[in-house]
Amino acid sequence: MALIEVRDLAKNYRCGDETVEALRGIDFDIETGKFITIMGQSGSGKSTLLSVLGGLNHPSRGTVQIAGIDLYALPGEKLADFRSSTLGFVFQSFNLIPYLSALENVMLPLAISRMKGKDKRAAAGEALARVGLGGREDRLPNALSGGEQERVAIARAMVNRPDILFADEPTGNLDSKTALEMMHLFRALNDAGQTVVMVTHNPENCGYSDRTIHLKDGLVVGKGGSGSPRDFLTPVSPGVY
Amino acid sequence: MKLHNISFNNLRRRKAKMAFLTVGLAVGIATIVTLITLTDSMSGDVERKMDEFGANILITPQQNGLAMNYGGISLGGVTFDQKEILESDLSRISTIKNSRNISAVAPKVLGGVTMAGRQVLLIGVQFDKELKLKQWWKLFGEAPKADGELLLGSDAARALNVMIGDSLEIKGERFKVTGILEQTGSQDDSLVFVRLAVAQRLLGKVGRINLVEVAALCSGCPIGDMVLQIAEKLPDAKVSAIQQVVEGRLKALGQYRRFSWAMSGVVIFIGSLIVFVTMMGSVNERTTEIGVFRAIGFRRSHIMRIILLEAAVIGLLAGLLGYGAGMGGARLALPFMAEGKQVALCWDTQVAFGSLGLSLGLALLASLYPALYASRLDPTEALRAL
Repeated sequence: MALIEVRDLAKNYRCGDETVEALRGIDFDIETGKFITIMGQSGSGKSTLLSVLGGLNHPSRGTVQIAGIDLYALPGEKLADFRSSTLGFVFQSFNLIPYLSALENVMLPLAISRMKGKDKRAAAGEALARVGLGGREDRLPNALSGGEQERVAIARAMVNRPDILFADEPTGNLDSKTALEMMHLFRALNDAGQTVVMVTHNPENCGYSDRTIHLKDGLVVGKGGSGSPRDFLTPVSPGVY
Repeated sequence: MKLHNISFNNLRRRKAKMAFLTVGLAVGIATIVTLITLTDSMSGDVERKMDEFGANILITPQQNGLAMNYGGISLGGVTFDQKEILESDLSRISTIKNSRNISAVAPKVLGGVTMAGRQVLLIGVQFDKELKLKQWWKLFGEAPKADGELLLGSDAARALNVMIGDSLEIKGERFKVTGILEQTGSQDDSLVFVRLAVAQRLLGKVGRINLVEVAALCSGCPIGDMVLQIAEKLPDAKVSAIQQVVEGRLKALGQYRRFSWAMSGVVIFIGSLIVFVTMMGSVNERTTEIGVFRAIGFRRSHIMRIILLEAAVIGLLAGLLGYGAGMGGARLALPFMAEGKQVALCWDTQVAFGSLGLSLGLALLASLYPALYASRLDPTEALRAL
């Protein structure tokens, strides 16, 4: 059984009197421990796809199963609980809480857990160490560089040891050198066993992933692969990445 | 890291906005505390003055019959089986449950005597009690201090054609006129006042009383209860409240209180509005932050707790500040509002806890919708990055 199974996924938005089809019925599977990039031009539906996979956006049609659980069949706040325990998010603008220190930002997902305070600090410290940011725990986000903020965001996403790490354009706001460092970091995390699903518009980032899902107009158009040419011509049948 | 850390850190970060909100709420609470404290202090003073201003309970001998008089014209009456009040029984009044509410007990004995060839009504009183009861009395001269002295009502003095220093004879005894009452417009104008024991001796009613006027402080005790308590102690007497007097006083005080409550209601409404608008603004500023909380797995209830905890902290702080400022304001305003400089400020623990509770309740209630709104924000809309 694949870690993520997507079947006939569709998402529509109302835009005034018009209906916009952001996703038009896509199918794919993602295995445990893989590093998958999702590529597409602006308006292709890649951010919508990530939000649906992450349990943040109810699809108009279709199912998303993660570890055998139908995500959107979960009742009420169980979906929030599932996100808390199973998924980690790295946002494009890092979205660190400005009035919390680096350590407190990393501990944020643990604020609703029943762990003891010292255990929370230990877990957060370990997460920061894994992303190479030891020694700057007490700094506020505005005292950190872009790369450091990115590392804090990744550590926050990792602190609960999620099954899947979702990242939305994590290098979008970074300079090329720092972006490179971040991609190496994601690769290293994946090498250590972390499943990573990353949205990116930078073709160079695809070189770090196992496979790339190409989206165009809400449909998957090519399997892609690490360093392989992209095929935008034909929709792909359900496949495993 | 717990949810309350998020709340406290946010309050620390947004110091200016939270200070504005706290001060705004505190001003509202202070206004209410000042209004209520001034009302209570002045009411208490007014009540005391009103209660001390004349009797509001009358004790007369029990009698089986009806008085036949109307508009001051007595047409006689049939009475039988009349029991008199014994002076020694009056000490029982001080043993009632609400004895602390009794300001003055003024016994009287009355009877007709002949003075300078005229029939006059002689009344024996305890002058210290009588003067306490009848604060509207204005005397030319002074009240009698010895047995051989008397006080005349203005009409009595005119009718007897005497002045202060003159002497009069009652049943062979000489009495010196030490004082004459300024016209009161009441029946006191036609009376001749001597000390109680003297009148009892002259009228042959030693140890007996015709009526007792009582000034009861109604504050904190319904006058009906006091009437029943006194009646229980004096079963041979008729005890009644002078209803008109009581109700008139209560009505005036009631109107005063209603006004202050109405003003407090206006202030509460404005305070709620300030809190609501500021908290909604705060939630709108934190849309992205709330989106992050939801994305990482915070439940709606967690979001609400964060917002409401911030509101609770502000409410408590504003309550404390507001109460202090309110009492300070009342203390400064009271000498200007009350006639007497000796009016005491009312320190009421109910007002203290009430103002804290009100501030907390207001802050929470006014923040309820903003908290609900925040908890229902769509994470993807909130973040706009996903």
